[in-house]
Amino acid sequence: MMRAAVVRFPGSNCDMDALRAAERSGCQAYFVWHRDDDLQQADAVLLPGGFSYGDYLRSGAIARFSPIMQAVQRHAADGGPVLGICNGFQILCEAGLLPGALLPNAGLTFVSRPVPVRVENVATPFTMAYHKGETLHIPVAHGDGRFVAAPDTIDELESSGRVVLRYVDHGNPNGSTAGIAGICSSEGNVVGIMPHPERIVDPAIGDDSGSRFFSSLAQWRAAGSNTPVTTSV
Amino acid sequence: MATKTATAPPKNLPGEPAVTLALAEEHNLNQMEYDRIVAMLDRTPTFTELGIFSALWSEHCSYKHSRPVLKKFPTTGKHVVQGPGENAGVLRLPDGWAVAFKIESHNHPSAVEPYQGAATGVGGILRDVFTMGARPVAVLNSIRFGPLSEPRNRYLFAGVVRGVGDYGNCMGVPTLGGEVVFDETYAGNPLVNAMCVGLLREDDLIRAKAEGVGNILLAVGARTGRDGIHGASFASEELSEQSQARRPQVQVGDPFMEKLLLEASLDLITGGIIVAIQDMGAAGLTSSAAEMAERGGVGVELDTSLVPIREQGMSPYEILLSESQERMLVVAEPGRVAEVQTVCQRWELDATPVGHVTDDGMFRIIHEGTLVASIPGSRLIDDCPVYTPEAAESASAVVRRKARPEGEPTAGLHRSLEVLLDTPTLASKRWVFQQYDSTVQAGTAIAPGGDAGVLRVETTDFGLAVTVDCNARYVMLDPYEGGKAAVAEAARNIACTGAQPLGVTDCLNFGNPEKPEVFFQFREACRGIGDACRAFDTPVTGGNVSFYNESPTGAIAPTPAVGMVGLLHKLSHRVPSHFHSARDAVFMVGTTTGHLGGSAYWAEIHGFVGGAPPPVDLEAESRLQRFLQAAAATGLLASAHDCSDGGLLLALAEAAIGGPYADSTMGVSVDLTGYAPDSAFLPPGRC
Repeated sequence: MMRAAVVRFPGSNCDMDALRAAERSGCQAYFVWHRDDDLQQADAVLLPGGFSYGDYLRSGAIARFSPIMQAVQRHAADGGPVLGICNGFQILCEAGLLPGALLPNAGLTFVSRPVPVRVENVATPFTMAYHKGETLHIPVAHGDGRFVAAPDTIDELESSGRVVLRYVDHGNPNGSTAGIAGICSSEGNVVGIMPHPERIVDPAIGDDSGSRFFSSLAQWRAAGSNTPVTTSV
Repeated sequence: MATKTATAPPKNLPGEPAVTLALAEEHNLNQMEYDRIVAMLDRTPTFTELGIFSALWSEHCSYKHSRPVLKKFPTTGKHVVQGPGENAGVLRLPDGWAVAFKIESHNHPSAVEPYQGAATGVGGILRDVFTMGARPVAVLNSIRFGPLSEPRNRYLFAGVVRGVGDYGNCMGVPTLGGEVVFDETYAGNPLVNAMCVGLLREDDLIRAKAEGVGNILLAVGARTGRDGIHGASFASEELSEQSQARRPQVQVGDPFMEKLLLEASLDLITGGIIVAIQDMGAAGLTSSAAEMAERGGVGVELDTSLVPIREQGMSPYEILLSESQERMLVVAEPGRVAEVQTVCQRWELDATPVGHVTDDGMFRIIHEGTLVASIPGSRLIDDCPVYTPEAAESASAVVRRKARPEGEPTAGLHRSLEVLLDTPTLASKRWVFQQYDSTVQAGTAIAPGGDAGVLRVETTDFGLAVTVDCNARYVMLDPYEGGKAAVAEAARNIACTGAQPLGVTDCLNFGNPEKPEVFFQFREACRGIGDACRAFDTPVTGGNVSFYNESPTGAIAPTPAVGMVGLLHKLSHRVPSHFHSARDAVFMVGTTTGHLGGSAYWAEIHGFVGGAPPPVDLEAESRLQRFLQAAAATGLLASAHDCSDGGLLLALAEAAIGGPYADSTMGVSVDLTGYAPDSAFLPPGRC
């Protein structure tokens, strides 16, 4: 069984949702605290959404300095899967584990709504259970979700297939460059996404299309966890 | 120290003004009230004591004009675990679960500082719910402003929406519904009512009742500053040209601190570590300590010099009346204080002992060794005078109710639909609710934009439906029928989803109760609410009264917002409000009786506000609710939508247009043969 550590920062508020989503998909999920320096033999790390430390400075800017992030850095360097959702994505960018930055939405307001996104990379540990090109409707809920990076970084992300999720059908809610909703690291093991798949994992509320982000982990392990996951397009 | 000082009378600290009637009047206490205080104490109160009385005897804290009327609400029933009088009402759900819910106003602060006023309104109502041991699972809000054509109203509207959003979003509680209304009546006095719904295991319910002589009172959370001093008094006076000067009295919210406080409080409660807990909300430390002591029938002694403060040199008067946000007062057994502190430290919060429970029933305040207040605790709460003001309907209200618009309709059906859909109050509120996180907690089964929000209760197969409603135009034209209609609309919205209406929390926004025509509106609207709640078996479990909603242009239209929760026995039976499939049949359920009084049609097409609103047949409404539940449970309904403001025409249009994020809209064809010419605008009935 995959062990999934869900990192709780003060101000995390999607921590329980992430834990339950992972459990529902067969992971043994547990919380680790921002002050901890040990991931307790995690196979995968989930950085949940929320407002870590209040995000009064810049989203994710304080969280990157918390003790647990050193353990997350080591885990990522060893090729371990890391998924940052929303605030988790912002933290991964601040921590340098992913390129680019997430700026305030183009409309300058918080946006909470379902958006159409296309899965463009199905080689990551979190997207293996999807079909390439599949369109999902996943909720977003953020104020700072506009992905930007230097033009050559964007080119590099595009050419190496590191765009994992892309807003489609005029659904870009925040003005992200090239409609980028999620990216992965060059090794593919670190994934950051703005939409919240952990909110649609229960058929009882009418949609469980987000659950494969979590069930992908088992597939990834079965495929041999050191497989390079970057695909060229 | 306490025993030595307790025997001598309390005294002013150096530099504090001697208390006189004039000073009492500046504190919004009248001569009768001041005389009563002097008689109770058998001496002149100290400055600190005057501050305490002014807060606890303010309308906001004492309900001195509303109590006799509120007592007539039905408050008991087989689902009621906790009725009015606690931080929030609690109703029983299946499988050991319970729901805690409450609505509260933050009108006056929002009128002068919309962002912080609204944000701290949300913060306060969240604390009311989680201090019961419940985890907040939904927030709703009912907000009203003057017309958007005025820049000031747009500023207030945008600030309030951002304030509500920033606080609720940070807390991770989904917004599942609400109302947004624009009307001239709210131009100088916007309404900001926030409702919170929380879930708890009934076993974990905790009440704000100080017990156990010798138990320790701890201040938990944020430090106490000079913000919000006299906020409760501010809420108890009319808004005027001078109100902008009250801006420093508006508290500043810190949702991040609140999130820590939420987690720490639930850990303390579910861990069985504490005896009682109460939010330091309106009137701050004063009301939390005094109310907890009164409920427990004990005394308390507080040392204000022990309270962690934000700035040096704060007097006991300021510390007691500060409304700094994100603070709790906790009662714990002496042997468990260290445990409380450990839990709080984990969440990076201070927990500081500031006093203890005593057996002499006195509310006693010590500051740096000096006794500054000593008041019989129960009398501090109970001896507040209760007023039953004169009530009389104004002659103009009677005339208005009997009036009809002059002339013929000025627009046909097509044009009327365009006008109504273009009316901000009736139009889609997507711009608003898109700024509120509606899906966090992963349990949203019906998101905002329909009749009622529906959420799943984790690990069970039932759900909760939540709504808040009021048609203030109806209440203004006929307070009794309008009060009934507010409850009926809420219950209908709940029932449209297939849920059973369970109980009510109400936010009663009115003008100055000392005006006979306002008190008439209040009394009659409450009578209507009470009668409807009795008919639907939806007891009132709590709420809030907000009087003095007046600006220099006069009182607001009476606006008793009714919040309601309902139980959806099987979540899978939920019914959406938008048309589902082509060729589905559309039924009108209920009787169409030809009323246009108080309609949006008259208001928007004829420019006429008047007439008698449609009377509510409570028995027929009950049958309709039962029908909707039964039809939902048997899977008969593809959708159901309530006909309210804008009547059948708007209901059909909304159902056809679809939800806020529908990919495509549907059409509808209806045959109105046999209905009166204007019947498309009729309010009653649903489809």
